[in-house]
Amino acid sequence: MTAPLTGRPRLKLPASAARGEVIEIRTLLDHPMETGLRKGPDGQPIPRDMLASFVAQANGESFVRVDFRNASSAHPHLVFFAKISGPTDFNFIWTHEDGRTLSAAARVEVT
Amino acid sequence: MNDDRAMTADLINRRTLLRAASISVVALMIPYAQAAMPDEVASAIRELIGDALPRDSGIVLQVPETAENGAVVPVTVLVDSPMTAERHVRAIHLIATKNPTPGIASFQLTPAAGRAQVSMRVRLAESQTLLVFAEHSDGVVSRAAADIKVSVGGCLT
Repeated sequence: MTAPLTGRPRLKLPASAARGEVIEIRTLLDHPMETGLRKGPDGQPIPRDMLASFVAQANGESFVRVDFRNASSAHPHLVFFAKISGPTDFNFIWTHEDGRTLSAAARVEVT
Repeated sequence: MNDDRAMTADLINRRTLLRAASISVVALMIPYAQAAMPDEVASAIRELIGDALPRDSGIVLQVPETAENGAVVPVTVLVDSPMTAERHVRAIHLIATKNPTPGIASFQLTPAAGRAQVSMRVRLAESQTLLVFAEHSDGVVSRAAADIKVSVGGCLT
Protein backbone atom coordinates (compact mmCIF):
# COMPACT_ATOMS: atom_id res chain seq x y z
CA MET A 1 0.00 0.00 0.00
CA THR A 2 1.59 3.23 -1.07
CA ALA A 3 0.58 6.72 -0.04
CA PRO A 4 -1.76 8.46 -2.48
CA LEU A 5 0.07 11.07 -4.52
CA THR A 6 -2.43 13.79 -3.75
CA GLY A 7 -0.57 16.18 -1.48
CA ARG A 8 -0.59 19.83 -2.43
CA PRO A 9 2.99 20.76 -3.28
CA ARG A 10 4.18 23.96 -1.64
CA LEU A 11 6.16 26.36 -3.80
CA LYS A 12 8.10 29.45 -2.81
CA LEU A 13 9.31 31.74 -5.56
CA PRO A 14 8.86 35.42 -6.36
CA ALA A 15 5.87 36.54 -8.44
CA SER A 16 8.10 38.83 -10.47
CA ALA A 17 11.79 39.37 -11.19
CA ALA A 18 14.06 41.52 -13.30
CA ARG A 19 15.23 40.19 -16.64
CA GLY A 20 18.54 38.41 -16.08
CA GLU A 21 17.90 37.94 -12.36
CA VAL A 22 18.60 34.56 -10.77
CA ILE A 23 15.70 33.63 -8.49
CA GLU A 24 15.56 31.09 -5.70
CA ILE A 25 12.87 28.41 -5.90
CA ARG A 26 11.82 26.23 -2.96
CA THR A 27 9.57 23.21 -3.34
CA LEU A 28 8.13 20.88 -0.72
CA LEU A 29 5.94 17.82 -1.19
CA ASP A 30 4.56 15.65 1.60
CA HIS A 31 5.64 12.09 0.90
CA PRO A 32 6.89 9.31 3.23
CA MET A 33 9.76 8.24 0.91
CA GLU A 34 9.75 4.72 2.41
CA THR A 35 12.83 2.80 1.33
CA GLY A 36 11.44 -0.70 1.95
CA LEU A 37 14.41 -1.32 4.27
CA ARG A 38 12.55 -0.38 7.45
CA LYS A 39 10.52 -2.73 9.63
CA GLY A 40 7.24 -1.69 11.24
CA PRO A 41 6.34 -2.23 14.91
CA ASP A 42 5.07 -5.73 13.99
CA GLY A 43 8.52 -6.66 12.65
CA GLN A 44 7.26 -6.81 9.08
CA PRO A 45 9.08 -4.77 6.41
CA ILE A 46 7.28 -1.55 5.45
CA PRO A 47 6.73 -1.69 1.67
CA ARG A 48 8.81 0.61 -0.51
CA ASP A 49 7.04 3.83 -1.47
CA MET A 50 9.48 6.27 -3.10
CA LEU A 51 9.44 9.15 -5.49
CA ALA A 52 11.86 8.50 -8.35
CA SER A 53 12.42 12.00 -9.62
CA PHE A 54 11.58 15.68 -9.71
CA VAL A 55 11.74 17.92 -12.76
CA ALA A 56 11.54 21.71 -12.92
CA GLN A 57 10.58 23.22 -16.28
CA ALA A 58 10.70 26.85 -17.41
CA ASN A 59 8.43 27.55 -20.40
CA GLY A 60 8.44 23.84 -21.15
CA GLU A 61 12.22 23.35 -20.94
CA SER A 62 13.66 21.23 -18.12
CA PHE A 63 16.41 23.09 -16.25
CA VAL A 64 16.71 21.10 -13.01
CA ARG A 65 16.14 17.40 -12.53
CA VAL A 66 16.58 15.43 -9.31
CA ASP A 67 16.84 11.65 -9.08
CA PHE A 68 15.97 10.53 -5.58
CA ARG A 69 17.69 7.56 -3.93
CA ASN A 70 17.23 5.87 -0.55
CA ALA A 71 18.84 8.62 1.53
CA SER A 72 16.52 11.36 0.27
CA SER A 73 14.50 12.47 3.32
CA ALA A 74 10.75 12.10 3.66
CA HIS A 75 8.79 15.14 2.43
CA PRO A 76 11.40 16.17 -0.13
CA HIS A 77 12.31 19.83 0.25
CA LEU A 78 14.41 21.22 -2.57
CA VAL A 79 16.06 24.59 -3.11
CA PHE A 80 17.44 25.53 -6.52
CA PHE A 81 17.74 28.53 -8.82
CA ALA A 82 16.50 29.78 -12.18
CA LYS A 83 17.72 32.58 -14.41
CA ILE A 84 14.81 34.71 -15.59
CA SER A 85 15.16 35.73 -19.24
CA GLY A 86 11.51 36.76 -19.74
CA PRO A 87 8.03 36.02 -18.39
CA THR A 88 8.25 32.41 -17.30
CA ASP A 89 5.72 29.67 -16.71
CA PHE A 90 7.25 27.19 -14.31
CA ASN A 91 6.04 23.62 -14.02
CA PHE A 92 7.25 21.26 -11.31
CA ILE A 93 6.67 17.52 -11.68
CA TRP A 94 7.24 14.79 -9.11
CA THR A 95 7.27 11.21 -10.46
CA HIS A 96 6.75 8.15 -8.27
CA GLU A 97 8.67 4.93 -8.91
CA ASP A 98 5.37 3.39 -10.03
CA GLY A 99 4.97 6.06 -12.70
CA ARG A 100 2.33 8.27 -11.06
CA THR A 101 3.02 11.99 -11.31
CA LEU A 102 1.98 15.13 -9.47
CA SER A 103 2.62 18.62 -10.73
CA ALA A 104 2.38 22.25 -9.69
CA ALA A 105 2.68 25.43 -11.71
CA ALA A 106 3.70 29.04 -11.05
CA ARG A 107 4.32 32.11 -13.19
CA VAL A 108 7.02 34.72 -12.81
CA GLU A 109 6.43 38.09 -14.49
CA VAL A 110 9.23 40.36 -15.60
CA THR A 111 9.36 43.80 -14.00
CA MET B 1 27.34 46.92 -21.71
CA ASN B 2 24.63 46.54 -19.14
CA ASP B 3 24.80 42.81 -19.62
CA ASP B 4 28.55 42.85 -19.01
CA ARG B 5 28.09 44.82 -15.86
CA ALA B 6 25.34 42.51 -14.68
CA MET B 7 27.58 39.51 -15.37
CA THR B 8 30.48 41.04 -13.47
CA ALA B 9 28.20 41.83 -10.56
CA ASP B 10 26.92 38.29 -10.69
CA LEU B 11 30.46 36.87 -10.64
CA ILE B 12 31.41 39.03 -7.70
CA ASN B 13 28.30 37.97 -5.84
CA ARG B 14 29.05 34.34 -6.51
CA ARG B 15 32.67 34.67 -5.37
CA THR B 16 31.67 36.61 -2.27
CA LEU B 17 29.06 34.00 -1.53
CA LEU B 18 31.54 31.17 -2.00
CA ARG B 19 34.08 32.86 0.21
CA ALA B 20 31.54 33.66 2.92
CA ALA B 21 30.17 30.14 2.79
CA SER B 22 33.62 28.58 2.93
CA ILE B 23 34.45 30.50 6.10
CA SER B 24 31.35 29.27 7.89
CA VAL B 25 31.90 25.60 7.11
CA VAL B 26 35.66 25.33 6.83
CA ALA B 27 35.90 23.21 9.97
CA LEU B 28 33.43 20.65 8.68
CA MET B 29 34.80 19.89 5.26
CA ILE B 30 37.55 17.29 5.31
CA PRO B 31 40.15 16.30 2.74
CA TYR B 32 38.51 13.85 0.40
CA ALA B 33 41.43 11.45 0.78
CA GLN B 34 40.51 10.97 4.44
CA ALA B 35 37.03 9.74 3.62
CA ALA B 36 36.53 6.08 4.52
CA MET B 37 35.17 4.29 1.50
CA PRO B 38 33.68 0.79 1.43
CA ASP B 39 33.64 -1.02 -1.94
CA GLU B 40 29.93 -0.41 -2.51
CA VAL B 41 30.49 3.33 -2.10
CA ALA B 42 33.39 3.26 -4.56
CA SER B 43 31.27 1.39 -7.12
CA ALA B 44 28.31 3.77 -6.62
CA ILE B 45 30.69 6.64 -7.38
CA ARG B 46 31.97 4.88 -10.53
CA GLU B 47 28.40 4.38 -11.67
CA LEU B 48 27.73 8.10 -11.37
CA ILE B 49 30.93 9.68 -12.69
CA GLY B 50 32.51 6.85 -14.68
CA ASP B 51 36.30 6.87 -14.91
CA ALA B 52 36.72 10.61 -14.31
CA LEU B 53 39.50 11.54 -11.90
CA PRO B 54 37.86 14.09 -9.60
CA ARG B 55 39.80 17.01 -8.20
CA ASP B 56 39.32 18.70 -4.84
CA SER B 57 38.26 22.23 -5.65
CA GLY B 58 35.41 24.57 -6.26
CA ILE B 59 32.72 23.04 -4.05
CA VAL B 60 31.37 24.41 -0.81
CA LEU B 61 29.37 21.93 1.22
CA GLN B 62 27.18 23.43 3.93
CA VAL B 63 26.09 20.85 6.49
CA PRO B 64 25.48 20.85 10.24
CA GLU B 65 28.45 19.68 12.29
CA THR B 66 26.03 17.63 14.39
CA ALA B 67 22.61 16.53 13.16
CA GLU B 68 20.14 15.95 16.00
CA ASN B 69 17.85 14.00 13.73
CA GLY B 70 19.48 11.81 11.08
CA ALA B 71 16.19 11.58 9.19
CA VAL B 72 16.33 15.21 8.08
CA VAL B 73 19.84 16.57 7.66
CA PRO B 74 19.94 19.81 5.66
CA VAL B 75 22.61 19.89 2.95
CA THR B 76 23.53 22.75 0.63
CA VAL B 77 25.99 22.30 -2.22
CA LEU B 78 27.49 25.34 -3.91
CA VAL B 79 29.73 24.82 -6.93
CA ASP B 80 31.94 27.54 -8.37
CA SER B 81 30.71 27.88 -11.95
CA PRO B 82 29.60 30.80 -14.14
CA MET B 83 26.69 28.64 -15.42
CA THR B 84 27.04 29.86 -19.01
CA ALA B 85 26.31 27.78 -22.10
CA GLU B 86 30.09 27.20 -22.47
CA ARG B 87 30.90 26.56 -18.82
CA HIS B 88 28.36 25.12 -16.44
CA VAL B 89 27.74 22.35 -13.96
CA ARG B 90 25.87 19.45 -15.55
CA ALA B 91 25.30 17.33 -12.48
CA ILE B 92 25.73 17.22 -8.71
CA HIS B 93 25.76 13.83 -6.97
CA LEU B 94 25.45 13.19 -3.22
CA ILE B 95 26.75 9.96 -1.67
CA ALA B 96 26.50 8.60 1.88
CA THR B 97 29.48 6.50 3.02
CA LYS B 98 27.89 4.63 5.96
CA ASN B 99 24.23 4.22 5.05
CA PRO B 100 22.81 0.77 4.19
CA THR B 101 22.82 2.01 0.57
CA PRO B 102 25.13 4.83 -0.61
CA GLY B 103 22.77 6.71 -2.95
CA ILE B 104 21.27 10.01 -1.76
CA ALA B 105 20.29 11.93 -4.89
CA SER B 106 21.59 13.35 -8.17
CA PHE B 107 20.77 16.79 -9.56
CA GLN B 108 21.01 17.52 -13.30
CA LEU B 109 21.37 21.22 -14.10
CA THR B 110 21.39 23.38 -17.23
CA PRO B 111 22.69 26.95 -17.68
CA ALA B 112 19.07 28.12 -17.23
CA ALA B 113 19.44 27.33 -13.52
CA GLY B 114 21.70 30.41 -13.35
CA ARG B 115 23.52 29.25 -10.24
CA ALA B 116 25.14 25.90 -9.39
CA GLN B 117 23.62 25.71 -5.93
CA VAL B 118 21.13 23.17 -4.61
CA SER B 119 19.77 22.23 -1.19
CA MET B 120 17.95 19.17 0.03
CA ARG B 121 17.45 17.14 3.19
CA VAL B 122 19.10 13.76 3.52
CA ARG B 123 18.83 10.70 5.75
CA LEU B 124 21.91 9.51 7.58
CA ALA B 125 21.77 6.22 9.50
CA GLU B 126 24.78 7.13 11.67
CA SER B 127 27.68 9.59 11.93
CA GLN B 128 29.57 9.53 8.65
CA THR B 129 31.22 11.34 5.78
CA LEU B 130 29.06 12.88 3.07
CA LEU B 131 30.57 12.99 -0.43
CA VAL B 132 29.63 15.37 -3.22
CA PHE B 133 30.67 15.24 -6.88
CA ALA B 134 30.07 17.97 -9.45
CA GLU B 135 30.30 17.20 -13.17
CA HIS B 136 31.24 20.25 -15.24
CA SER B 137 30.34 20.78 -18.90
CA ASP B 138 34.01 20.44 -19.91
CA GLY B 139 34.13 16.95 -18.41
CA VAL B 140 36.01 17.94 -15.25
CA VAL B 141 34.63 16.42 -12.06
CA SER B 142 35.19 18.13 -8.71
CA ARG B 143 34.54 16.59 -5.33
CA ALA B 144 34.20 17.49 -1.66
CA ALA B 145 33.62 15.69 1.61
CA ALA B 146 32.21 16.64 5.02
CA ASP B 147 31.89 14.79 8.31
CA ILE B 148 28.51 14.88 10.00
CA LYS B 149 27.84 13.62 13.51
CA VAL B 150 24.39 12.12 13.88
CA SER B 151 22.72 12.03 17.33
CA VAL B 152 19.71 9.90 16.37
CA GLY B 153 20.02 7.80 13.22
CA GLY B 154 17.68 8.30 10.30
CA CYS B 155 15.77 5.00 10.62
CA LEU B 156 16.87 3.49 7.34
CA THR B 157 16.56 -0.05 8.62
